[in-house]
Amino acid sequence: MKIAVSTSGEDLGAAVDTRFGRAPRFLIYETETGAFSLKENKQNLNAAQGAGIQSATCVAEEEVDAVITGNCGPKAYAVLDAASIKVYTCSGATVSEAVEQLRKGELKPAEEANVEGHWV
Amino acid sequence: MKIAVASGKGGTGKTTLSCAMAFAAQGEVTLLDCDVEEPNSHFFVQPKIETEERIHRLVPAVDAEKCTGCGECARVCQFNAVISLGRKTMVFNELCHSCGACARICPTGALHEVYTPIGTIEIGRRDHVSFASGRLDVGQAMSPPVIRKTLEHSSAQGLTIIDCPPGTSCPYVTAVKGCDAAVLVTEPTPFGLHDLKLAVDTIREMAIPFGVAVNRMTEENNVISAYCAAESIPLLLQIPEDRRAAEAYSRGEPINTVMPELNEKLRAIPKMLEALL
Repeated sequence: MKIAVSTSGEDLGAAVDTRFGRAPRFLIYETETGAFSLKENKQNLNAAQGAGIQSATCVAEEEVDAVITGNCGPKAYAVLDAASIKVYTCSGATVSEAVEQLRKGELKPAEEANVEGHWV
Repeated sequence: MKIAVASGKGGTGKTTLSCAMAFAAQGEVTLLDCDVEEPNSHFFVQPKIETEERIHRLVPAVDAEKCTGCGECARVCQFNAVISLGRKTMVFNELCHSCGACARICPTGALHEVYTPIGTIEIGRRDHVSFASGRLDVGQAMSPPVIRKTLEHSSAQGLTIIDCPPGTSCPYVTAVKGCDAAVLVTEPTPFGLHDLKLAVDTIREMAIPFGVAVNRMTEENNVISAYCAAESIPLLLQIPEDRRAAEAYSRGEPINTVMPELNEKLRAIPKMLEALL
């Protein structure tokens, strides 16, 4: 399984970034091999609007199966859902802890956005 | 003559001044409430509404049969309102600015524009005041199309007063842009001055002649009058802080019903602005 985890760090020990739309980058993790790569999301940091949608497109391009992040809004969720990507939310964990929690089945897939949409 | 009554800061008295100017006018006058996210001039004008007009704007719709998933629409959209996911194209109307670029660039004709309702204009009259008020539907985010449609009710001759939305972003610019001159309403506080400066910077970019009105003035020499003197901005009116004004406001009456001494000064504003043209 391929997982995108929002983070502002660059390795497995970094914290999960609570932001999805405006996360600086995603750590793309392969559960089969334990290999990971970084996908920059910088173009979204200054977007006036639609950052969540673009982040969702960004991880969809990586053909991930799941996203782990802090919060996911309604428009980002709609795109991830359309791309058949499951969304898992967690807080206060490092990337490796979050991946481990997902593997053990401790994280439940979100069935809808967990935060409201907002304007700019 | 079209006069915008605007302000950087909200709650300074745009509606109070707009309605007072309309009621002070001798002869026909048109009052347009372009503060379409929270219109309230009608409370003071209490017009008889004669007609209602629904306002629409264009947004893209996708024909999935024709879409090849080329992604041109998503690339051209400056507002992140269209995205391309493999063969699936998704549209987010609330982010769309109705520019139409996606529909024009689509090579297979899979995107076309459709009208979606976004607001209402109520049109009516009370005595010598011809009145129109725009109202954005709840849940809609783009107010400029409703503001533009409301502005179409300006009178070709005579005086039109436009109660503008607060702030200095697109709604304010849209409402002020087509006017001949503007009154920037503010209050003599640090907040009032700060937001007035933003409104002044913006209106100078648009090259629209303007003056300032100070509401709830407690002393003649205040932060606003000092700023206007330094910037050579005409001070058009100072409305004193007065309990009668607050009481009239709370009853839904224009302030000149209780402060008739303002009428002459209110009638002088269009003339003072005309001198700036």
